[in-house]
Amino acid sequence: MQEKSLLRRSGIFLAFNGVTLFAFTAVLIIPFLYGLFLTFTDWNAISDTFSFVGFQNYAKVFSDKEFLRQFLITFKYVIISALLCNLLAFTLAYFLTSGIRAQNFLRGGFFIPNLIGGIILGYIWKFIFANVLTQVGKAFNIAWLQTSFLTNPDRAIWAMIIVTVWQYAGYLMMIYIAGFVGIPRDVQEAADIDGAHGLRKLWRVTIPMMIPSFNICMFITMSRGFMAYDLNLSLTNGGPYGSTRLAAMHVYQKAFQSKLYGIGQSEAIVLFVVVAILSVTQLLINKKREVEV
Amino acid sequence: MTSRLHKSYWLRTSIIFILLILFLVPFYLIVNNSFRTTELFVRSPFTLTNNLDLKNYADAFVKMRFLSGFQNSLIITIISVSILLLTASMSAHYMVRNPGRVSNTIFAVMVASMIVPFQAVMIPLAKIYGSLNMYNHTWTIIFFYTGFGQAFAAFIFHGFIKGIPLELEEAALIDGCGKLKNFFRIVLPNLKPVMVTVLILDVLWIWNDYLLPSMVLLSPNLRTLPLSTYGFFNTYSVDYAPLMAGLVLTILPVILLYLACQKQIIEGVVQGAIK
Repeated sequence: MQEKSLLRRSGIFLAFNGVTLFAFTAVLIIPFLYGLFLTFTDWNAISDTFSFVGFQNYAKVFSDKEFLRQFLITFKYVIISALLCNLLAFTLAYFLTSGIRAQNFLRGGFFIPNLIGGIILGYIWKFIFANVLTQVGKAFNIAWLQTSFLTNPDRAIWAMIIVTVWQYAGYLMMIYIAGFVGIPRDVQEAADIDGAHGLRKLWRVTIPMMIPSFNICMFITMSRGFMAYDLNLSLTNGGPYGSTRLAAMHVYQKAFQSKLYGIGQSEAIVLFVVVAILSVTQLLINKKREVEV
Repeated sequence: MTSRLHKSYWLRTSIIFILLILFLVPFYLIVNNSFRTTELFVRSPFTLTNNLDLKNYADAFVKMRFLSGFQNSLIITIISVSILLLTASMSAHYMVRNPGRVSNTIFAVMVASMIVPFQAVMIPLAKIYGSLNMYNHTWTIIFFYTGFGQAFAAFIFHGFIKGIPLELEEAALIDGCGKLKNFFRIVLPNLKPVMVTVLILDVLWIWNDYLLPSMVLLSPNLRTLPLSTYGFFNTYSVDYAPLMAGLVLTILPVILLYLACQKQIIEGVVQGAIK
């Protein structure tokens, strides 16, 4: 009886979890652990055998000037685009919850870029930077617009930032709108009665209530920024002169073009650690706030 | 006072409208110039087209093999998302209703796995499944999506199922309803709102995904739409007008879907982010 029920329970367990656990383990857990293992070997694409090299790959990663340079570029890209994106999204959400007519239509419009994949967005903007903005520059005699952003190593990263802000602002705006709508009526009324208006009310009452939304949005923009690949590939392809080759693209090229799998994987693990630190920080901030409230 | 309020209202409204126009100008430019010639586009991109010539569309349709890409995207998205919805909801339901060391461990590992970026498993994935000769099959990528989507979907379902009263299921179980039957008859119909959330997020993710299919689907016959677009741009980069028509064709299905269920899509995306 006992045995039969154990068998039966295992059967039910597998019926409910079998596919999930199999796919999850085979696609994520095993490759992740195997990948971690590979970073301690000298494996490359040419030979089938490999031997242990300890932390040599990581030492190589951190002494690779090119990787460090591109990691710095990635940081710059992530931080600037996250700040601008959140600023724009917050402003849009603020305006679009203040009772403007047709606000649902407007919200829907700002959200559109987010529906489309990074590859396509990159190609759209490639035309705009290369052909349209240069035309505008010529027509209005604006010197800095007359040459394409995409051919200038100092400005190409700004092209990436502009498109990223455009892509995510509408999405974050929706999260901020949910935050604004969630601010309790009585808090707002109390502020009104106490005579807090306009900017003062925004600064003292609204923004503190919006910190959870800030937290989510900063996390989304930053973690996506560190993983950005599609847009990078279609808009700049890392160029000109490697000035916009972000971390994810660097990893891809190291592994699949230079065939240095061990080093590429070590860089990927570094990227993972950065994203993990970000996630844990966000989680801790959330926890701390929950305790305070 | 009223006139001042009035003024500020119109100021806000105009700022927002100008911003929206700036936001949508890129789409106007692409759609408009997809009906014109490359030469006209380069000379005067903003001039409204004076015809609705579909020549560029016919060109793009054939050269990027739109139909094949669309079909592949559709098959991969529909099958992957269906499997994901079913398996993740079953697993989440089991974990909520059978708490214990096993369930808690599985759930904790799944939640933790959500911070692993795709790049961190991409290289070993290529090595393992490449050496098993599993690359270049539609089923392989469906299997990959089932694995990669599992944690997030199960997480969202888990949160929702916790809120469903247990009495509902207990009544069915006492009536002699088996656990599977109970799930399909009682639980599944109650999951509709959360199903829509997961469905929307996963459809958008898989439909737009580029990196994973670019590694797995190597033969041109298997390409999904983002891959066809990429291939099209790399092969025919001189003649802009058909390329823009290709972009419009690729965007169109998503925009139509958005127009049909805008409310659900926005709600789904916000729910997915806040959880």
